[in-house]
Amino acid sequence: MAAAADLEAVAPTGALWGLVHDFVMGQQEGPADQVAADVKSGSYTVLQVVEALGSSLENPEPRTRARGIQLLSEVLLQCHPLLLEKEVVHLILFYENRLKDHHLVIPSVLRGLRALSLCVALPPGLAVSVLKAIFQEVHVQSLPQVDRHTVYSIITNFMQTREEELKGLGADFTFGFIQVMDGEKDPRNLLVAFRIVHDLISRDYNLGPFVEELFEVTSCYFPIDFTPPPNDPYGIQREDLILSLRAVLASTPRFAEFLLPLLIEKVDSDILSAKLDSLQTLNACCTIYGQKELKDFLPSLWVSIRREVFQTASERVEAEGLAALHSLTACLSRSVLRADAEDLLDFFLSNILQDCRHHLCEPDMKLVWPSAKLLQAAAGASARACDHITSNVLPLLLEQFHKHSQSNQRRTILEMILGFLKLQQKWSYEDKGERPLSGLKDQLCSLVFMALTDPNAQLQLVGIRTLTVLGAQPGLLSPGDLELAVGHLYRLSFLEEDSQSWAAALEASGTLATLYPMAFSSHLVPKLAEDLCVVLSPGLLSGKLDLAKGDGPTKCSRHLRCLQALSAVSTHPSIVKETLPLLLQHLCQMNKGNVVAGPSEVIAVCQSLQQVAEKCQLDPESCWYFHQTTIPCLLALAVQASMPEELSVRRKVLLEDEVLAAMVSVISTATTHLSPDLAGQSVAHIVPLFLDGNISFLPENSFPCRFQPFQDGSSGQRRLVALLMAFVCSLPRNVEIPQLNQLMQELLGLSCCPGCPFSSTAAAKCFAGLLNKHPAGQQLDEFLQLAVDKVEAGLGSGSYRRQAFTLLLWVTKALVLRYHPLSSCLIDRLMGLLSDPELGPTAADGFSLLMSDCTDVLTRAGHAEVRIMFRQRFFTDNVPALVQGFHAAPQDVKPNYLKGLSHVLNRLPKPVLLPELPTLLSLLLEALSCPDCVVQLSTLSCLQPLLLEAPQVMSLHVDTLVTKFLNLTSSPSMAVRIAALQCMHALTRLPTPVLLPYKPQVIRALAKPLDDKKRLVRKEAVLARGEWFLLGSPGS
Amino acid sequence: MVGGGGGGLLENANPLIYERSGERPVTAGEEDEQVPDSIDAREIFDLIRSINDPEHPLTLEELNVVEQVRVQVSDPESTVAVAFTPTIPHCSMATLIGLSIKVKLLRSLPQRFKMDVHITPGTHASEHAVNKQLADKERVAAALENTHLLEVVNQCLSARS
Repeated sequence: MAAAADLEAVAPTGALWGLVHDFVMGQQEGPADQVAADVKSGSYTVLQVVEALGSSLENPEPRTRARGIQLLSEVLLQCHPLLLEKEVVHLILFYENRLKDHHLVIPSVLRGLRALSLCVALPPGLAVSVLKAIFQEVHVQSLPQVDRHTVYSIITNFMQTREEELKGLGADFTFGFIQVMDGEKDPRNLLVAFRIVHDLISRDYNLGPFVEELFEVTSCYFPIDFTPPPNDPYGIQREDLILSLRAVLASTPRFAEFLLPLLIEKVDSDILSAKLDSLQTLNACCTIYGQKELKDFLPSLWVSIRREVFQTASERVEAEGLAALHSLTACLSRSVLRADAEDLLDFFLSNILQDCRHHLCEPDMKLVWPSAKLLQAAAGASARACDHITSNVLPLLLEQFHKHSQSNQRRTILEMILGFLKLQQKWSYEDKGERPLSGLKDQLCSLVFMALTDPNAQLQLVGIRTLTVLGAQPGLLSPGDLELAVGHLYRLSFLEEDSQSWAAALEASGTLATLYPMAFSSHLVPKLAEDLCVVLSPGLLSGKLDLAKGDGPTKCSRHLRCLQALSAVSTHPSIVKETLPLLLQHLCQMNKGNVVAGPSEVIAVCQSLQQVAEKCQLDPESCWYFHQTTIPCLLALAVQASMPEELSVRRKVLLEDEVLAAMVSVISTATTHLSPDLAGQSVAHIVPLFLDGNISFLPENSFPCRFQPFQDGSSGQRRLVALLMAFVCSLPRNVEIPQLNQLMQELLGLSCCPGCPFSSTAAAKCFAGLLNKHPAGQQLDEFLQLAVDKVEAGLGSGSYRRQAFTLLLWVTKALVLRYHPLSSCLIDRLMGLLSDPELGPTAADGFSLLMSDCTDVLTRAGHAEVRIMFRQRFFTDNVPALVQGFHAAPQDVKPNYLKGLSHVLNRLPKPVLLPELPTLLSLLLEALSCPDCVVQLSTLSCLQPLLLEAPQVMSLHVDTLVTKFLNLTSSPSMAVRIAALQCMHALTRLPTPVLLPYKPQVIRALAKPLDDKKRLVRKEAVLARGEWFLLGSPGS
Repeated sequence: MVGGGGGGLLENANPLIYERSGERPVTAGEEDEQVPDSIDAREIFDLIRSINDPEHPLTLEELNVVEQVRVQVSDPESTVAVAFTPTIPHCSMATLIGLSIKVKLLRSLPQRFKMDVHITPGTHASEHAVNKQLADKERVAAALENTHLLEVVNQCLSARS
């Protein structure tokens, strides 16, 4: 039995002996892994490995000993989970003992200890003993980087698993570690060492008397000055070191007395990065510090921060300085005071006020804004700080406003007031009982009203913003103030010269109307209503007023402003109930009376309606109110206008393309947000109106003649299909459309009806919009078949080829958007048409439509099925065919392919385009020589971002690019010249060495566009030439 | 050169600040391909107003060193005259500011223009000396051969980051 067992054991042990010999004496590396694998697979035990190593571990030659221990350590690193407690104890004793050995042996010993430090089976007490041995026997900083790293790993491992035992060592552990890391220089090791120090502090190890030493041994690296070597394989960035050191320095208030003087010293240095790092570190410290730590250093800290904000040339230093001041103030505000202690916060803020206050009184001088920013940074830190500062500063600023009479000075002062009011707003939610502003309210209001009446537009603008902020303070403004405010806003709404104040006044009206609907209903809406009547009344009386040309621009724009003001205040449901009837009534009036309204007036009303509709979208009740009130009214007006007997010119205005387009957007905006229920009610009226002429739901329905847009109705009636499109194509997808089959067939018929491109296109779009939303299935396939037949018949015929093409285009778009399988056939058909002598150029432009977002149909807002990646997909599926088609096409139709291609590329997200560049670039470069301006322009606008984003790829073609861009700078088209110069500008992003050979030539060539007859071209030339001058020149 | 940052003291630490004019609005005429737009004072002013002051993180416009009213231009006669006003009468940067304006114009205007850059009369202690230097083509050319000087000028002309 025993003999047999021995025999079995001998064979593998023999192999082991061979491997060990190869490693130790033969200096081969492979056997280590082999031995480790065999141990893992259970072929032999660790003990057997030790036995096999036997003599080499005790060999008198240190190199041989080192090699032997190295093998053992490698095996342990891979097999430590298999070790038994008993084995671990022996191994540790062995390794600790070896630490005293020759220095050549030490690296292998440390690797072994690292393996053992990972052992779960390590009995208590040994971790401490290993660390003591290391601290005592090894001079870590004289070891190579890798071995130092091993020591840090051993410590890290023990800290993770043996925290309690290590803490038993007390401050000795801290001291030992300080000695280990003292003098460390390698960034890889520093990252680990900083981590260890951070853990020492945050896990509450005993630092004993070594706090200052621990601080010294880490803070000597501050501020981090490290530039990673080029091609650094370790990828350690400066920022990594900065953050991990900052985590250490800002981890304990116990460092404060040493750290704060250091930070102050470094903020005062001349090096920008040192300033930034110090301010950011101070900011981090403030989250854990209290008054006690900061007390002695506050005056110096303030002086340093103030100096940086006052004097710096760098916005980042300013921002960090302000952030640090904010945190300091927050920190002082947070601390709980002992009854007898003085309040440092008050002291600190008084200091700030003392140094900044007087600058606020000089609104022309440079330091006014830095001072205001400092005060605001402090005031933003806590409610207490805010009260302290604003109670001091606001009265001062109010007084200064009156002392200074120039508008731009007042504007600066008011802008500062606005900043402080906004901060008040931030804190006023905390204690609702108090209204710190109520004492100053009257003064503030009168000052704002002064600003609003000032002729200076900038001052007005700040006044409007301040009014909005005051209004947002609950309960601050009295009804009287509001009435005055509304009066000012009313007046500003009619300003013309400066559209900025005007736009701001409208926005403010909208915001304040949500808070004070009553004030606006009673003081603003009636005035606007009156104005609308006035605009119309002279015309009613005299019958002569033509709003389009008539009374000059003032009257016309007054009308426009009135409409815009009405829509701007429609932000509250109760106001909508007053403004909407006004607008609709106005629209009816315009079409009824003797006033001949031009299309632009009608469009203006529609735009107002549309804005009201947008504001109603979020509130279901308002949304339905708007829909129910507006749509029948608009349809009734349009139907009336479309009656063949209707001869009056003024009513035909409603049928013009642009007017119908404006009505389309009102109807779709009023429809997209309807709930399916209500939309269902509406669709049951509107579809029968168009299919059967059922006019019963229209408010005024006595028409001289039937409404039959799809039958033999007049061309005017057919145009109204656009309104049907606006409605049915905006419905939620689950709303069932009655008589759908009939509707689709009628639309198809009308889409190929020659004579009126507007109505046939509207019908094609409507058909496409419905198709896009229709669920897949037999009915959809039937609709598609009908459409394809219609298109093919049309393209063949000759009499309505263009209409058939338009239908094809829209149907294709509808299918491309939803990834329908049939879309690829239709795209092929479209591509085939690129070489069609009659339709080729139109087909090329069609690619633009396929790739762009529509505004009226097939929109996401209108619930169309639009896959987000459709452009990418279109690109991948079709660009190869387009390129191929280009190469195969005869010379005269090549531009069509280029144009189609440039439309596709132009609309594609640039990140998708970049990887495709190498294959397409040669084609794009060819397109630059294409005589077609559209192709040139679109190619330039495609290349420009690529120059910015992929300069490396583009620099291969620098020669061609320079030549062709320069050629295009003398194109007859201004837009092309501008784009070419922008590309010349973008070229400067290429690597400078590539560009330098061209610099003299380019600078000479760009002298010519400097004298271009168009200013906009000259401007681009100046920018581009200026950048080329800076290339390779000092200081750039 | 005295740097803006660091502990170095500025010659004039709290100068008056003037408002920046907005972007020039684009008119319908400027968008019309056919209508020629002549070079006017505003266009010249737009070229120089955003030049950085060598000392402050501010533009010459914000410091009121250049103003549109002090720009005289005649497109048909191809002449430009720019007067600039140093912030203080002993400003040591006056020559440098003048040089920056001159270089900016040289780089941005058609060659046909004859340009004159000088100090607003009565606003600087060594007005004549500076004007003489700026008017001397050879001295300007020589100054730009000086790498250090060219570096500072280029910094003044670089877009602010």
